[in-house]
Amino acid sequence: MTDLVARRFAGLILTLVVVSVFIFTVMDLLPGDPASIMLGTSASPDTLAALQRELGLDRPLPLRYVEWLGGVLQGDLGVSYTYGVPVAGLIGERLAVTLPLASMAILVSLVIAIPLGVQAARNHHRSVDLAVSLFSYAGIAVPSFWFGLLLIMLFATGLGWFPAGGFPGWSDGYATAFQALLLPALALALPQAAVLTRVTRSAILDVLAEDYIRTARAKGLSERAAVWRHALPASLVPIVTVLGLQFTFLVAGAVLVENVFNLPGLGRLAFQSLSQRDVIVMQDVVLFFAALVIIVNFLVDILYLVIDPRMRVASR
Amino acid sequence: MLRRPLLLAGLVLTTALSLVAILSLFWTPFSPAKMQIASRLKSPLEYGLLGTDQFGRDVASLLMAGAWNSLSTAAAAVAIGASIGTLVGLTVAARGGWRSAVVMRGCDIIFAIPPILSAMMLAAFLGAGQFTAIIAIAVFMVPVFARLTLGAATQIWTLPYVSAAIGMGRAEWRITLVHVLPNIAGQIIVQVTIQLGLAILTEAGLSFLGLGMAPPAPSWGRMLADAQTYVGQAPWLALLPGLAIFLSVLGFSLLGDGLRDHLDRRS
Repeated sequence: MTDLVARRFAGLILTLVVVSVFIFTVMDLLPGDPASIMLGTSASPDTLAALQRELGLDRPLPLRYVEWLGGVLQGDLGVSYTYGVPVAGLIGERLAVTLPLASMAILVSLVIAIPLGVQAARNHHRSVDLAVSLFSYAGIAVPSFWFGLLLIMLFATGLGWFPAGGFPGWSDGYATAFQALLLPALALALPQAAVLTRVTRSAILDVLAEDYIRTARAKGLSERAAVWRHALPASLVPIVTVLGLQFTFLVAGAVLVENVFNLPGLGRLAFQSLSQRDVIVMQDVVLFFAALVIIVNFLVDILYLVIDPRMRVASR
Repeated sequence: MLRRPLLLAGLVLTTALSLVAILSLFWTPFSPAKMQIASRLKSPLEYGLLGTDQFGRDVASLLMAGAWNSLSTAAAAVAIGASIGTLVGLTVAARGGWRSAVVMRGCDIIFAIPPILSAMMLAAFLGAGQFTAIIAIAVFMVPVFARLTLGAATQIWTLPYVSAAIGMGRAEWRITLVHVLPNIAGQIIVQVTIQLGLAILTEAGLSFLGLGMAPPAPSWGRMLADAQTYVGQAPWLALLPGLAIFLSVLGFSLLGDGLRDHLDRRS
């Protein structure tokens, strides 16, 4: 197993390097360079040349890439043009909002999806099943930013139970911070929950149709035990897989939801860096998000080996 | 058809959306660009069918014109993404070997950058607009179709009658066109339908952030972004465009799933 993990890890490193080369090259191939974008059209040629030199844009691409990679490995992502602080610190600061938000959203989506999926599978072809299936169709089609707006209208401006946006920071105590993150997490969770409900339902239906479940039932296994003790653990593999595949949509959703709720997270940083023409911050955030998606999918791959011993043999 | 209510619902929703979108090119109740400050923020039925926005523009007309903008962006993006992805998948399936591993890895990489982020990178250099939105969504669609086609086509290539065709000395491109493509066309059409819905959803997200069609062209996403300011005074401005996005995406995903069931049962 260590051997397998090592091989996957080598694959991960390779993918990460290719992603960074890809983003670096694409940014370079696009017309216009970061310095001229940051300064706008009114800058004098001298200022432009000075900034280009400062950013190292006058040197060839491969050299810049290697220098940048060397910096990243030492935790140096460059300096933000607008904020005048290291980008690494900026990302860390914003991550303190986005990471809890995403974790809460994943947790909420599982709490919604697993019971719904289980109930739908247990009542296959009955009205409960139909209702759950309608929920998942609807959940996938609802734009998360619109759902967020509806939640604000209902629970913030309407009932006044939650703040309509903004984030007080973690220093004001966990309660107020969680209160500020709950509605956004709910908005982010809905599409995920809809997808996961479907996966849970069909995975449990698959397992319940297996021979060993029939045998166990013939030996007197109760319906409840069949579902919770046998079917659900066996369905964890597809659920975790889809959770990993959906991560890229969670990232996209976070950018939107953070903007609806005015949360100072990483997604909002990416968006702000665009309007402030801070290309270096934007490039770093995009790379960070892409790396996160790839690492999460790597962890899912590893998790397979832990959850399902059969995979250790199959993938050899 | 009547025994498949979900397929029927999908068909009705997508047909209605397409008709409204096409109709908006020739007729809308009012001009979607016409501002009337005197009658701003009027509620539905108080002015026109669905009320007016913060500039006194007719919401029903804006929604209709938005339908065309949204649908045409989504359709263009899916057309580009599906064509390139399918072409890559078919070519690699015909050649096989190490190429498929490279393509799969490439797909992983593109898939790691959601359209919202690639649209931001593109917008920084090219400026925001419909073109940027189409490219950003299309790039993300390529791996979806490349993976699907590669997997399905590789299976067809192992079938006995394809081996027979290879034995008879048929060229790869001919086998691909005559045997492979017709067999996987159903799956591709289902995926095109589902992805059209997701493309509408993504386009709405992009224009919500100001990365979609440039104003004054109406777009559902930007209508929602503007509505945020008037949530208290004019809730319909926040409800209606969202409902339009929701029903369109729902329609395409019901239609796609219905078509898939239909094809599965037939085979």
